[in-house]
Amino acid sequence: MTAVGRTPARVPRRAVAVPWRTALGQWRAVVLLAALIGAWELYVDLGGADPLILPAPHAIASSMYDDRALLWSNFLVTAEEVLLGILVAAAAALALATVMHFFASVRRAAYPLLIASQTIPIPMIAPVLVLWLGFGILPKLVVIALVSFFSIVITTLAGFASVDPELLKLVRTFDMSRRRTFMTIELPSALPGVFTGAKIAVIVAVIGAVFAEQAGSNSGLGFVFTQAIPQLLMARAFAAVVILSLFAILLFCALTLGERLTVPWAYSTATRIKDDDR
Amino acid sequence: MIETPLQASREAASGPPNESEQVTFPVQVDRVSRIFKPSRRPPVHALADVSLHAAAGEIVSVVGPSGCGKSTLLELICGLQRPDDGAVRCAPAALMPQRDLLLPWASALDNAALALRAAGIGRDEARRRARPWLERFGLDEFAATRPAELSGGMRQRVSFLRSLLAGKPVLALDEPFASLDAITRAEMQGWLGHVLATEPRTVVLVTHDVEEAVMLGDRVVVLSGRPGRVLASVEVALARPRRRADTAVVALRERVLTALGVGE
Repeated sequence: MTAVGRTPARVPRRAVAVPWRTALGQWRAVVLLAALIGAWELYVDLGGADPLILPAPHAIASSMYDDRALLWSNFLVTAEEVLLGILVAAAAALALATVMHFFASVRRAAYPLLIASQTIPIPMIAPVLVLWLGFGILPKLVVIALVSFFSIVITTLAGFASVDPELLKLVRTFDMSRRRTFMTIELPSALPGVFTGAKIAVIVAVIGAVFAEQAGSNSGLGFVFTQAIPQLLMARAFAAVVILSLFAILLFCALTLGERLTVPWAYSTATRIKDDDR
Repeated sequence: MIETPLQASREAASGPPNESEQVTFPVQVDRVSRIFKPSRRPPVHALADVSLHAAAGEIVSVVGPSGCGKSTLLELICGLQRPDDGAVRCAPAALMPQRDLLLPWASALDNAALALRAAGIGRDEARRRARPWLERFGLDEFAATRPAELSGGMRQRVSFLRSLLAGKPVLALDEPFASLDAITRAEMQGWLGHVLATEPRTVVLVTHDVEEAVMLGDRVVVLSGRPGRVLASVEVALARPRRRADTAVVALRERVLTALGVGE
């Protein structure tokens, strides 16, 4: 066989995104956070608010240290609920989005219900679920999945729909089956959308977990929070909130990292070879 | 040559009226009209009474002004649309789209092997079959490279290879080099001529570049503006490889331009 093409150009060195360097680059966020905490501390210390209502940051920090055993064991409970809930939500969302993508009639029938599911006030439905499903992890999973799966369904559907219709025509001339077209083209195209939806979902999942725990439980950070307020242990209640926020940020970062590893083409920083570069 | 396992089944299913006719003319478009009727807008008459035949191994260039229904004609040939009037009888055809439409997550090799995967061939076997073609197309160094890093010319070569490896007797090329710069386009035209000389296919090449049509085609079919009608069919009985500056090429180019109503 003879080579038909010309001598190819040199391959440019692949540009690699370094996540930890990106994280270190977030110094502005650290500066802003420090400034806000400083202002808060000053406000409380100078008598702007009763420490029984608004605890100072140093009081929250010392509560995080003093109550570390309590907070840690309850954090593990909430973390388990959130992680399992997200997995349930993602699986349900992917399945539903796939069915809705394949069957326009299902899409039309299910869309209004899907939107309605997001308007259900969680503080109202959570106690009902506890009465129905008991004090265990099950009602928490249902609440977390209910609040978080919507965003994943929407972004996944958008991902399926983002496939170029010309590309679908092309593979039809290759006699590619509907199932194989879905597996080799539509599903990979939707993956960036799945991650976007999941990033939104983890944040609301944490809120959902707190509501579910408040409705009926004897463990979890939401439970700690609910117990601490009537005892006027405001520093402890705020400590629980801080831990929940840090957890949400951690989950968000983990998803961002997973996204970069799984769908690197969506963040291509690669340099294109030029036709006259030889 | 590439095996065409799908060809036999498709032809058997569609039941050609005349076996020998099918072999001689893999592309038969007879008096075809196509009218699009979008809702709440006036109908668009894309093609009117268009006939086009391509013999086995023939390269037919189709030129015409923008919006003359060239892409519609290719989709009819590929079986992606049905005519409103007239008949289309074609052997299985693979499309090569105007934009490369390569999968951004897949390597050049996997993109080239897409049609093989479509035919149900396993990943490793599809890669094994596609790899020598990448070498032949001067892309072996870039087998593992993703499309985002490939140049425009390289992407079009991968795109062409992907359609070629579909193993269909007919190739429908939709303005394959329209997006390239002039120098790369000239190179790619030479390259395509060479590939088709070694790997003959029945080709319908749609282009708005009259020179490209004459350089590559055995025949140039000239379409009018909307609705597209056949204005002329110009034979290009010149030996290959052809030279752009060749007086015969220039003369034919002028003839086609005159048929389009823009000559001299």
